[in-house]
Amino acid sequence: MADPHQNDIAIIGWSISPMVRNIAYTEARMLLDVVTGAVNDAGITRDDVEFTCAGSCDYVAGQAFSFVQNIDAVGAWPPKRDSHVEMDGAWALYEAWLRLQMGDIDVAVAMGSGRSSTSDPELLYSMEMDPYYLAPLGADAVSFAALQARSLIDAGKVTERQMAEIAVRTRKAGKDSPYSQVTGDFDADELLKADYVRSPLRKHDLPPITDGACAVVIATAAKARELCENPIWITGFAHYTESHYVGMRDLRTSNSTTLAAKAAGIEDGAPIEVAEIQSAFTHEEPLLVEALGLGSGVSINPSGGPLAANPVMATGLVRISEAASQIRDKGKHRTLGHSTSGPCLQQNLVCVLEGNS
Amino acid sequence: MAHQPCAIVGIGQTQHKSRRWDVSLGGLVREAAQRALDDAEMTWKDIDAVVVGKAPDLFEGVMKPELYLSDALGATGKPMFRVHTAGSVGGTTGIVAAHHVEVGRHKRVLAVGYQKQSEGNAQFALGSGKGASIGAGGAFAPYMRSYIDRSGAPMDIGPMVALKDRLNAHKNPYAHLKIQDISLEKVKASPMMWDPVRFLESCPSSDGACAVIFTDKEGGEAAAKAGRKPAWILGSAVRSEPSSFPGRDPVRPVGAADCANDVYKQAGIKNPRTDIDCAELYVPFSWYEPMWLEAHLIAGEGEGWKMVESGETALGGAFPVNMSGGVLSSNPIGASGLLRFAEAAMQVRGTAGEHQVENAKVALAQAYGASAQYFAMWAVSNSLDPFGS
Repeated sequence: MADPHQNDIAIIGWSISPMVRNIAYTEARMLLDVVTGAVNDAGITRDDVEFTCAGSCDYVAGQAFSFVQNIDAVGAWPPKRDSHVEMDGAWALYEAWLRLQMGDIDVAVAMGSGRSSTSDPELLYSMEMDPYYLAPLGADAVSFAALQARSLIDAGKVTERQMAEIAVRTRKAGKDSPYSQVTGDFDADELLKADYVRSPLRKHDLPPITDGACAVVIATAAKARELCENPIWITGFAHYTESHYVGMRDLRTSNSTTLAAKAAGIEDGAPIEVAEIQSAFTHEEPLLVEALGLGSGVSINPSGGPLAANPVMATGLVRISEAASQIRDKGKHRTLGHSTSGPCLQQNLVCVLEGNS
Repeated sequence: MAHQPCAIVGIGQTQHKSRRWDVSLGGLVREAAQRALDDAEMTWKDIDAVVVGKAPDLFEGVMKPELYLSDALGATGKPMFRVHTAGSVGGTTGIVAAHHVEVGRHKRVLAVGYQKQSEGNAQFALGSGKGASIGAGGAFAPYMRSYIDRSGAPMDIGPMVALKDRLNAHKNPYAHLKIQDISLEKVKASPMMWDPVRFLESCPSSDGACAVIFTDKEGGEAAAKAGRKPAWILGSAVRSEPSSFPGRDPVRPVGAADCANDVYKQAGIKNPRTDIDCAELYVPFSWYEPMWLEAHLIAGEGEGWKMVESGETALGGAFPVNMSGGVLSSNPIGASGLLRFAEAAMQVRGTAGEHQVENAKVALAQAYGASAQYFAMWAVSNSLDPFGS
């Protein structure tokens, strides 16, 4: 019988760094460790890697050409086929996934890394807005998220208590993960006593500031079968963007997420059992679950998700790794990883994974 | 899995200038993209995905600007992808966009590279605002001195490259620098910036954008049938190597040779100097022309400068290089690589106007970045089988 995955690309190894508030070494060093970890996990060496693609951001690093130092983590000698996206590592994985489909090479590593500890998010994220009309207002990601949370509350789609309960659940889930930063047992009533950071968002509605990195090894079908007993197949992978201007969008939903979910074929096949989604703010979770079309039986962010650890520029790739882990280590069959970028979930990516059936 | 052919059917660029204060960032990229759409006889609706490339965001002070540019580039409701591989980024952007078509992911993809350097201070940004930066000229000068020592090239070669590219720029309606009364004497009389590079042997700082539309075999053949010649990608490659370690040779980087060999193999190019009709190489400082001719195995070691001296690389020579005027004449960094790639495609499409190389069938384009350690190249042709294999 023909291999149903003969044209698919598979994840065959990954590594996630410890997630900490402020790491004492460089981004290149963080990447060095996860690339080593990922190739070891896949049972290969750096020499076997034929293409590398990194995702990172100069503004997060506070330095122009910051990714150039990071190439030391790859070990690009002899020189490697290599690329870099100024996007989350999830999009680096997308480029690597396209590259392997060219058919001339078989193994690639995608990476994501960020040291948010070196910057002030409030100053930083207003700079990713339209430089003429929005950035001068100093409106940052948290302020825009608060607008979206308010519109969801007004629409009756979520309450502040439900948001607090999401924080309680994810922080509790993060207790079992070696890759979480803010974890523990909390009480929603206690959390709701806190002042607003930006109304209606309280501190527990926000992600922590995290330094972290992640690397994922992928291979073509034949190579994956050769290297790995249980490859995790990427059966759907898509991303879409929408208007930058939040006033042009219906903030109660996420059209680009729905487009990505459809294009990635979420509805075609066995039910999704686990979704690791990049809901960095509590209110984004119900919004994304609805936009992805997930039913109530789907486990959301069992890793704790971005509310437990948010290594910006790697957060999305960590989601995909965690979704892969659910198949390899927890016996699930079909899962998904989601990533996002921009104000109020402007741009969204969905990666659907399947184990061997 | 084997990839599908990919055709270039639309090319657009802006008027490159020191300061395009007549347009916003969005206006700049849209000017190039609209011209590419017009060239391809397409509308925004025809585009399935957009790939944006640019060099550091610190140059304009806008973080991840592809978010803001989604609206200007008609990308809402579509995939929008952002590449950044230093100075080679324009080349990488074209290659990544082509991959979307080559693997059958999308039918029509728009690639856009841009930089609006007047919005910020590149020298400040290169140092990340933390103090003095030696700048690109200062970083590359030792490599050029090393090339001169090793090759024994006469000191006139740099100025000769500068003169040639500045003369070519007069034939390119989009070029930024069009220096009147340019002469070898004038180049040599210009102030020494970073020995051995003089002011007129250096690239400018430009505002500009370039856009290229890629489509599949069917789309390319349809364009050809309608009288709009496509350029076909024969081969493309990227290579990176670390910036510094004992034994690295920045004059003849292994990454450059590997990248070139990869492209030549894919394209069926056996003898680059005779099989290729013309090349757009990333030459931001004059001496890079002979260096890259050698590093990319077009000229033998120590022979690159002789191609310059004999006039072989001039428009009308046996191996014309930088017919557009090159990076020496227009340098919106994030677009510079894609401009090289687009100019190569224009040559084989026969649409290069006054700087057209007669009967160009196969053209090479190259871009490099960071400490001469990121390389991107492609070879394009007016035919999918130019060597009659």
